Amino acid sequence: MLEIAVARRIGRIDLRIELSLDREAVLVAGPNGAGKSTLLRLLLGVLSPDSGRIALDGTVLFDAAAGIDLAAEDRELGYLPQDYALFPHLDVIGNAVFGLARMRRADRLRHASGWLERLGVGHLSQRSPAALSGGERQRVALARALARNPRALLLDEPFASLDPVARRELRISMRGWLREWRLPALIVSHDPADAVLADRIAVVEHGRVVQQGTLDELRQAAASGFVSAFAAGPAGDPDPVILR
Amino acid sequence: MKPPRIDAWGSAQLLASALLGAFLLLPVVGLFATLSWNDFLGGLRDPLLLPALRLSLVTTSSSLALVVVLGSLFAWRVARNPGRVSRWLEAIAQLPAVIPPAVAGVGLLLAFGRRGLLGAWLDRHGLALAFTTPAVVLAEAFVSAPFFVQAAIAAFRRVDENLLVVARTLGASRFRTFLRVGLPLAAPGLVAGAAMSWARAVGEFGATLLFAGNLTGRTQTLPLAVYTAMESDLRAAQALSLILVAIAFAFLFVLRRMAAGAALPGTEPRGA
Repeated sequence: MLEIAVARRIGRIDLRIELSLDREAVLVAGPNGAGKSTLLRLLLGVLSPDSGRIALDGTVLFDAAAGIDLAAEDRELGYLPQDYALFPHLDVIGNAVFGLARMRRADRLRHASGWLERLGVGHLSQRSPAALSGGERQRVALARALARNPRALLLDEPFASLDPVARRELRISMRGWLREWRLPALIVSHDPADAVLADRIAVVEHGRVVQQGTLDELRQAAASGFVSAFAAGPAGDPDPVILR
Repeated sequence: MKPPRIDAWGSAQLLASALLGAFLLLPVVGLFATLSWNDFLGGLRDPLLLPALRLSLVTTSSSLALVVVLGSLFAWRVARNPGRVSRWLEAIAQLPAVIPPAVAGVGLLLAFGRRGLLGAWLDRHGLALAFTTPAVVLAEAFVSAPFFVQAAIAAFRRVDENLLVVARTLGASRFRTFLRVGLPLAAPGLVAGAAMSWARAVGEFGATLLFAGNLTGRTQTLPLAVYTAMESDLRAAQALSLILVAIAFAFLFVLRRMAAGAALPGTEPRGA
């Protein structure tokens, strides 16, 4: 269970978000500048909220009143950034073991290779990230995050940097994985097609959650122009360009 | 085939390039071309050479270590925390590059000399700096720091923020993120900056002369030895100069090779 209630003013964004995720996938949608990336940075611990509280399965990650602000490295969150951010100076296996510093040396390689295998990129261990396709990069980045056994997943525009074919393919795989892992997963996206990944959609506009529900629920009672445009977006595929 | 068109603008560029190129090259050619082999060997036996060579190597490696260690942390802070404080720090780090070396020498004396701002206090605690070997190191560090710090700030700024955030989420502390991600990705820029900085330190003359003096074996580095030799024997000065040039070329060559080896696809455009 990931419970979020945070406020932060930064630049033109005045963010006040309350959101809680059980073992489910929630799609956070919203126009550019709505505060989606800021929300991710607050959760990750690289930006501090002005006030509020973040808790994950009973562990307090942040609590302004109690003066708790857990360091980013201690939050046990799996993060998949938009461009996947593979370390360019390390090969695939070097990336996959990066987060396993606390594990016994002998176990690291075996454990990391296991995750690469599960995501279908085990054969690429010795490759440099520069030599991988977009889809392969995403799989490696996911394996790297999951090898640490995170307690929640944060995905930032997971398919935005893929070509349409890879996007369709990986979206289907990702749906399967999310169902399998049953972790609280927060997916930031402005692509309605990504709704198939999520149990629920939370629409953020001007720093607030303006509406939550399934795609059908949003479609039936859209609270704003963005929501109705988003919900009307192509159910499934092909890739919508209208909202870019 | 048509002959290339010759116009005034093209000719002007050609002429300017030829003039400036010849002007820059001629003194270097002069150093090599006007010295006979015997004169060179004679110059090598000059009693000034060995102490000055040893002192130059010891002091410049010390000042380089000082500049690289402090400068890396300084540059990381400036690059990763944009804001007013960082802008001030960056300006301060550029200061020595625009101060004439002789003025830097006077300044160092007024700061660290026996009656200087900090020097008076140091002196009371039995630490006299001026006209000692450590003074040479300080003078070299002062004039060479901007070259490394500037390059390091630029190199660290090019490191993708996302990589650092991901490293943190993968359990790396801020220090480990710096060590395992920031440093390796900035390495080519850091090595290039270190090379420029070292080259400046080896050639340091004015600030050293004023703040550290010209004492054989203690503060007389190679450039000061060249100056001293000039007063008695031009041949010896020329031989010393050639050695200085040879060391600098060799060191720069090695550093450039290291930088090329450390360069990664996608981290820094070649030849930038």
